[in-house]
Amino acid sequence: MSGPPEGTIDAGVRRSRLGFVSRMREVLRASDTGDVMWDEVEETLIAGDVGASLALYIVGRARADVARGMVPEIAVRHELGALFARREPVPWPRKPAPDVPAVVLVIGVNGTGKTTTIAKLAHRFHTRGAKVLLAAGDTFRAAAIEQLQTWADRVGVPLVAHAAGADPSAVVYDALDAAVARGIDVVIVDTAGRLHTKSNLMEELAKIRRTVAKRLPDAQPEVLFVLDATTGQNGLSQAKAFHESAGLTGIALTKLDSTAKGGVAFAIERSLGVPVLFAGVGERVDHLLDFHPDAFLEALFA
Amino acid sequence: MFDVLSDRLRDVLGKLTGRGRVSEADVDLAMREVRLALLEADVNYKVVKDFVARVRERAIGAEVLENLNAGQQVIKIVHEELTALLSVGERGLRLQGSPSVIALVGLQGSGKTTSAAKLARHFVKQGRQPLLVAADPYRPAAVDQLVALGRSLDIPVHRAPAGTSVLDIAKGGLAEARRSGRDVVIVDTAGRLQVDQVLMEEIRGLAAAIKPAETLLVVDAMVGQEAVSVAQAFHAALPVSGLVLTKIDGDARGGAALSISAVTGVPVKFLGTGEKTDALEPFHPDRLAGRILGMGDVLTLVERAQETFDQKQAEQLATKLRKNAFTLEDFLEQMQQIKKMGPLGDVLGMIPGMGGMAKDAQKAVEGGELSRVEAIIRSMTADERRDPHVLNGSRRRRIARGSGTTLPDVNRVLKQFQEMRKLMRQMAGGGRRLPGLPFGRR
Repeated sequence: MSGPPEGTIDAGVRRSRLGFVSRMREVLRASDTGDVMWDEVEETLIAGDVGASLALYIVGRARADVARGMVPEIAVRHELGALFARREPVPWPRKPAPDVPAVVLVIGVNGTGKTTTIAKLAHRFHTRGAKVLLAAGDTFRAAAIEQLQTWADRVGVPLVAHAAGADPSAVVYDALDAAVARGIDVVIVDTAGRLHTKSNLMEELAKIRRTVAKRLPDAQPEVLFVLDATTGQNGLSQAKAFHESAGLTGIALTKLDSTAKGGVAFAIERSLGVPVLFAGVGERVDHLLDFHPDAFLEALFA
Repeated sequence: MFDVLSDRLRDVLGKLTGRGRVSEADVDLAMREVRLALLEADVNYKVVKDFVARVRERAIGAEVLENLNAGQQVIKIVHEELTALLSVGERGLRLQGSPSVIALVGLQGSGKTTSAAKLARHFVKQGRQPLLVAADPYRPAAVDQLVALGRSLDIPVHRAPAGTSVLDIAKGGLAEARRSGRDVVIVDTAGRLQVDQVLMEEIRGLAAAIKPAETLLVVDAMVGQEAVSVAQAFHAALPVSGLVLTKIDGDARGGAALSISAVTGVPVKFLGTGEKTDALEPFHPDRLAGRILGMGDVLTLVERAQETFDQKQAEQLATKLRKNAFTLEDFLEQMQQIKKMGPLGDVLGMIPGMGGMAKDAQKAVEGGELSRVEAIIRSMTADERRDPHVLNGSRRRRIARGSGTTLPDVNRVLKQFQEMRKLMRQMAGGGRRLPGLPFGRR
């Protein structure tokens, strides 16, 4: 199996996380807690792609907390923590009945890492003993089916695919048929990357969603939005559009092994109430972590 | 979506019309808005800081020109400074060597492979003979993707057996180009993180060996604050000679390009404007400056209109209008031309202040409004199209049945046609050429 030379990735993860941590800690533990410090807090948040308006909001609230006697570090942590959406304490993905497979639709704009995330999810469920089936719903991009097939072979799970150019809804329908027939536990559906401003493509997504509801009325599909952590403020506009078309139930934040912080996820969680569930931290199939807000904040300020 | 900066500045500074100069206090108010707008457009915060300081200096004491209010004056300065920052370097491609080598580098998912195919097509259009080289052995099926794109464009792709090193793939590509007389070699490399030392070393070695005439960093227009450190790292390792800003057909403002050009001095050379292989456009600094400011992109709209409406047809149309001979057939033709300009949402999005309307309009189109009009006209006989006066009640009912619409639909189209004809006659009299959109509000 070919893959990029290994050995630097874990170091990269550590570096990225430590970079953010040390900066925020350093700033907040300054001896002078006046305007200069708060300007730097704001800058640190903006540099992490939290967004200018949200950064201003957080700083404003944290300063009010501090005026009421809170320590600055606790205040910022508290205000950041308040932005996270509520997490449901249920298993993921939802599987409403023993004979109904759980369905995960994986969606997002082009190049965010949907296919790689699918491989990682498949690996995770597969190694935990679940029967996994992949559906090659990206029938548009050249060689997308081959890419998913390669991953399916590596992970050791079956794939349902049609020819390039086929109707993705038809692929999904067939995959669900096959899943029911074979007693599959989890069906993971790949979809073509699409810019959220293309309404015909967003409608195609809504159709895929309807196809699932039609074939498996009892299924409660998980709709996983894959967001590249290097994305800036456009991430919010993306998430809103995808939420409107397909009803997001979770977010996978990918490429966190870069130096990017993925701060736009705060804005998304806050405005849509959709939680980040997974963090992609590298190119290997086991490079997918559960995302826990507490641990995330802990890492931010530890 | 945040408010358009020009509107916000108008609110802040609008009252100042009539005063002679922009005061320091006015400028500080305005700079607050400028800073927010640039940050929301993903311009790097350090770049914003420098930029705002520079604009502030220019704006204080600047004379408010005649016909401009203070807000417009500040916008003008901001636009000029943005355009200047985006205008760094040489935007044309510098092709040298035989063959000329162009390497595409960047983060994962930025659009390197698609851009490689688009560039190849661009060269074919210029009469050159490009060879694509699939030098990404890591991402599964990346090679297959480039081969499939090459096949669809009828452009050869050099690929090597699994296990071949990146360096050997590229060298093999160069040798093949020499052998088969291809004059441009486009090397598609694997996506890599700028902090991945092993892969950065690999690309450095590759560039040293094949000496590209152009090394293009492919950057996603949606990227945030990290754009600068990504570009700096690639530039330090290679160096980079130009940017390809991709996925600009979304609604990202593309502030990343500004950050990169400002910090590294590397110019944007191309914009990726869609998933199809012909969606590659030359870069215009003033237009991206307008986009970053949320001012719309009127110039692109005008250009696209000029491309779509050919001069001869326009003249024929003008003649017809003068003679009052504009028929339903012409109406249909006009409609098809407007359709050719691209999705209506795209078109409206380029007009300042219409960005918000674009989505609604797009929905109307997809709701079938345009195709309904088309179906109705196509259900008419040639005589009816030429002279709608013959359309009595029974003919109209037949048309409604034939087009799968209702009688009120048919009546509405005819009314719109009459209105348009009236409007166009007025416009023709006034010497204007662009036709109006052939459908009205319901």
